[in-house]
Amino acid sequence: MPAATESPLATYIAHLERGELAYQFSPSANRAVFYPRLVCPETGATDLDWRVSKGLGTVHATTVVHPAQGAPFNVALIDMDEGFRLMSRVEDVDPTSVAIGQRVRFRVHPAEGEEPPYPVFTLAEGA
Amino acid sequence: MSGLTRGGAAIVGAAESDLGAVAALMSPIDLMAQGIVRALDDAGLTLRDVDGVFCATTQGRTSAMSLLEYLGLPNAYTDSTIVGGSSFEIHVAHAQAALEAGLCTVAVIAYGSTQRTVGRRAASAREYNPYETPFKPFLPASAYAMAASRHMYEFGTTREQMAEVAVAARAWALLNPAAWEKKPLTIEGVLTARKISDPFTVRDCCLVTDGGGAIVMTTPERARSLRRKPVWVLGCGQSITHASISSMPDLTKTGAIESGRQAYAAAGVTPAEIDVLALYDAFTINTILFLEDLGFCPKGEGGRFVEGGRIGPQGDLAVNTNGGGLSYCHPGMYGLFLLIEAVRQLRGECGARQVAEAETAIVHGNGGVLSAQATVILGGTATV
Repeated sequence: MPAATESPLATYIAHLERGELAYQFSPSANRAVFYPRLVCPETGATDLDWRVSKGLGTVHATTVVHPAQGAPFNVALIDMDEGFRLMSRVEDVDPTSVAIGQRVRFRVHPAEGEEPPYPVFTLAEGA
Repeated sequence: MSGLTRGGAAIVGAAESDLGAVAALMSPIDLMAQGIVRALDDAGLTLRDVDGVFCATTQGRTSAMSLLEYLGLPNAYTDSTIVGGSSFEIHVAHAQAALEAGLCTVAVIAYGSTQRTVGRRAASAREYNPYETPFKPFLPASAYAMAASRHMYEFGTTREQMAEVAVAARAWALLNPAAWEKKPLTIEGVLTARKISDPFTVRDCCLVTDGGGAIVMTTPERARSLRRKPVWVLGCGQSITHASISSMPDLTKTGAIESGRQAYAAAGVTPAEIDVLALYDAFTINTILFLEDLGFCPKGEGGRFVEGGRIGPQGDLAVNTNGGGLSYCHPGMYGLFLLIEAVRQLRGECGARQVAEAETAIVHGNGGVLSAQATVILGGTATV
């Protein structure tokens, strides 16, 4: 396989900087791949395509972390409609009200200092 | 694990190092060495008999190198595979392979941790994961908590059922003089404890202690010549399905399904023939998942299965008789302690918590966030 000119993570972050949630699609496996990588974990193929998600998903699993200091917060696994799963959080609601099965919509949490942007979600009732 | 011979190696010595809160400035390697010397004493062997060394710790990148230096064993065959808490179940399979291949004749498998003394973060620094770390999951608890959330959602498993696991572990611990926890625990006590990561309270989570230990393995011929009743390795299996929880294929089905299948097939036994269970209970949901995935109840029934003290000392299935990671000890990686307890049960050395006429044990290790599953089936004299 040829030398990588840009890492999978760098491509992913570049999409987030444009407000996009990107994922990969493996033609040989005919399925989405996430997190981004160089090799398809099902077929070993190296021809993974980049695609941009429509941004809608469903809460697959959820927890509320109770830190020793500070307010409780949500951590969730989100199943995107395109068929991939990622860790994130659901914002703008009481963390204890986040529930499996809720429909959610992606938005970008902007870069802060050294930390690159990352995807977060809000409730998308009816979506 | 195919390729290994049923009964092709035996465990002939087992011992804990100091446990709980160890002396100031003890190192993980000190605890490994202490465990090894005690386990060799148990076997009637000495350090000069050892030509195979297997170990792992989160507190050193090159623990085998450190341990060989410490013990003065430059020529020992060595392997320090590390896949979290189940590393030691995998070491059993690797040690058996080495013994069968003639690469060594007496192998020790050792662990040591000073997690309580130095603090959880110092003992096991989290690696940065760009796809998870920004969300600040409290790992590993939050990963297991999310698996629990799915089990509750899919199967109706309740908080009370999870609490039953912690209550049973505590009841066993009260029969084990070496256990860290000394006071009874109730379901109410679990549910009202300090919240950690929903649905877990601190009583759904394993202890944070210091500790270590070792087991000694050798060939069948050598095993029969030693003073302890050999405990035979009947079958091993492993399945490593993911590293991070967001990549776990199915949050309610673990690699224990596959590792158990391999181990049962190699051992030629079924769940109904198992007398003692040692299941890696880092969190209460683990025991429920592993009872299901190792075939002791159908998928989804684990919560109902553990009700009514069924896995406690008065119940009909002997699970985690030492008190488990929840109430006996849990120094970062717990897998070696599962093996030590199973060996003692099969030798009939467990006193008040002894399971009558125990001849078979299933030891199931778990590493990472339900990631690395490894099963070892052990048997007494009647099984070989």
